[in-house]
Amino acid sequence: MPTQQSTLYTITVFSENTVGLLNQITVIFTRRGINIETLSVSPSALEGIHKFTITVFCTKDMVEKIVQQIDKRIDIIKAYYNTDDELVFQEIAMYKIASDKLLQYGNIEELIRRYNIRILDINETFAVLEKTGHYAETQGLFNDLQEIFGVSVLQFIRSGRIAITKSKVERLNDMLKSRN
Amino acid sequence: MLQKTQITGSEALLRILIEEGVDTIFGYPGGQIIPVFDTLYDFKDQLNHILTRHEQGAVHAAQGYARVSGKVGVCFATSGPGATNVITGIGDAMLDSTPLIVIAGQVGTNLLGTDAFQEIDVVGITQPITKWAYQIRRAEDIAWALARAFYIARSGRPGPVVLDFTKNAQVQKTDITYEACDFIRSYIPVPKISAEQIDAAAALINAAKKPLALVGQGVILSGAEEELKAFLEKADIPAGNTLLGLSALPSDYRLNKGFLGMHGNIALNVKTNEADVIVAIGMRFDDRVTGDLSRYARQAKIIHIDIDPSEIGKNVPVAVPVLGDAKEALAILTLKVNNAEHAEWISSFDKYADIEFEQVINKEIYPKTGAITMGEVVRRVSEATEHKAVLVTDVGQNQMMASRYFKFSQTRSVITSGGLGTMGFGIPAGMGAKIGAPERTVCLFCGDGGFQMTMQELGTIMQENIGLKMIVMNNQYLGMVRQWQELFYDERYSFTDMVNPHFTMIAKAYGIGTSEVSKREDLDTAIADMLKDDKPYLLVVNVEQKGLVYPMVPAGAGVTDIITPQGKLQVQ
Repeated sequence: MPTQQSTLYTITVFSENTVGLLNQITVIFTRRGINIETLSVSPSALEGIHKFTITVFCTKDMVEKIVQQIDKRIDIIKAYYNTDDELVFQEIAMYKIASDKLLQYGNIEELIRRYNIRILDINETFAVLEKTGHYAETQGLFNDLQEIFGVSVLQFIRSGRIAITKSKVERLNDMLKSRN
Repeated sequence: MLQKTQITGSEALLRILIEEGVDTIFGYPGGQIIPVFDTLYDFKDQLNHILTRHEQGAVHAAQGYARVSGKVGVCFATSGPGATNVITGIGDAMLDSTPLIVIAGQVGTNLLGTDAFQEIDVVGITQPITKWAYQIRRAEDIAWALARAFYIARSGRPGPVVLDFTKNAQVQKTDITYEACDFIRSYIPVPKISAEQIDAAAALINAAKKPLALVGQGVILSGAEEELKAFLEKADIPAGNTLLGLSALPSDYRLNKGFLGMHGNIALNVKTNEADVIVAIGMRFDDRVTGDLSRYARQAKIIHIDIDPSEIGKNVPVAVPVLGDAKEALAILTLKVNNAEHAEWISSFDKYADIEFEQVINKEIYPKTGAITMGEVVRRVSEATEHKAVLVTDVGQNQMMASRYFKFSQTRSVITSGGLGTMGFGIPAGMGAKIGAPERTVCLFCGDGGFQMTMQELGTIMQENIGLKMIVMNNQYLGMVRQWQELFYDERYSFTDMVNPHFTMIAKAYGIGTSEVSKREDLDTAIADMLKDDKPYLLVVNVEQKGLVYPMVPAGAGVTDIITPQGKLQVQ
């Protein structure tokens, strides 16, 4: 077998909303020793159908096998994978900064403009900043904030990736249509 | 359609089982499934419950029953340890695509998640090794869950389903309307066959000079035995069988070239690496079939017919997939392939068959001197049953010897633990097979190790008078591990020798007919004695202690790296 390059793949899974589904999906990664990089789960546009967006670093061969094995589970409606060039995707990050340090920093406007930051909350103890973007962008802000504020970056949290395909084919709709 | 008002969940369960055609259940009661067993007391005339001696026995018996009959095997167990004791059988059924429904008791919903007595997360544990696992928390969900369970267990690629049945749902009263399920929107059990795939496959086959067919259990599961024969005949293709594919074709059929893989027939393994087109039907290129994948059939274009899309390309690159049911796919494909003749290719198998007979088979099944060999025991039992019996095996040398030397004349004649390789499978699976095919002779070949893993089931055999013929080939070793230690671990026999009890005395304690044979001249008489009636019997044969299964493709070696008693085989 030729060895293949590891790439970041985004796996999209549509499922019935039943108890234990996440477990059924994650054990497929566990068996093959693949780490899930990010995971995002929410109700989809269609009532009763949940959407999972999962990112993993692995080979094409591996992602194909994993997706087939996910798709095979009874309550999975459709599973497929994409590379970044086939997707519009986004992550959201929040940063909690000590207010006194933030106010002491002279150039806050520049920072907000450069990173397109939203301020969600501010009080005498802390401020919460929000940034949406790709991983590199949210990480870039985190790195800068750490440089500027050091330990005064009190908390940092980033969501899993959410993604929309650029393709004209809507696989979930096609699947459901063929089943009705 | 079944309709009832205000019955308990337990009664709903049993009525639905009857509605689905179940007449036999293998099980073991316990605290959290007592309500079901209490109701079962009133259904004894319609549901034959076999009380095993351990839950593992119940689940393997249900597997044996399902495999021999093609029906869904049903097994009852209680919560906690009852459920964990059936895990091995569930995993076994998953790997071997056996239709099985396990109904396990569970603590009441008010106690779930509290570490209550005998509470364990059965759905969580079994999800990775089942086709579907579901917890029934309300009596009104029973009909829905059972309908799905039967549909999922037996449709498409069959497999095990676990229903975790809470105690409150067993005792609650409910109205039920039961209709069998035949549609789940997220589940496509049988992919529609694509005409393009069939055409592409036919084109490859029609251009082939050296085609080879690999027959798996999918042929048996889809009932495609006749379609397979018609296909092989028309295109004149020799075939090899996986362990679970054995008996899909009669042993003496012209194009049946035997058994694939690690202990398979030499000609098939050699020809796998010479074939130009391989047609794999309902098999999954297990590592015991392929050996090292980088040296497996690289020259061949592979056509893979399978009902499970996730099998395509899982282990080997596939030139043409044909997704769908084997019966239908073979029927259509046969129409598209040309009448062909591959006489020279087919007769090229003979040379290796002769080598194998001379270097391995003759000495193994027709020995003149020395201790009794495992192969000759198998050969003599097969002959004594006129090759019509159902073969059940345990796991290890007994399994490989039986698979190599037992002969078959009808389908569904092999019950063995293929994927999971479960020692202790033999006795309970044999019981289930005999109950599932009462009119057939069922012969179990077992080692002394595997026999002792589940020999408590002799109690079940006694109580139910199950006419299973048990043959223990006793070499006082865990023979297959000993074989690896001899060949690959410098003869360091680490914990493989066994001091065994008098097996015949154990059989006698259970009132089971028995005899023990150590001499070749006594063997045929003992076999005839075992087979003279339809009662259970234990025949203990003391065999050559250091017997080895040959030929052998060592684990991780290429499929043509074959060793025989004379060393590494030279393949020209």
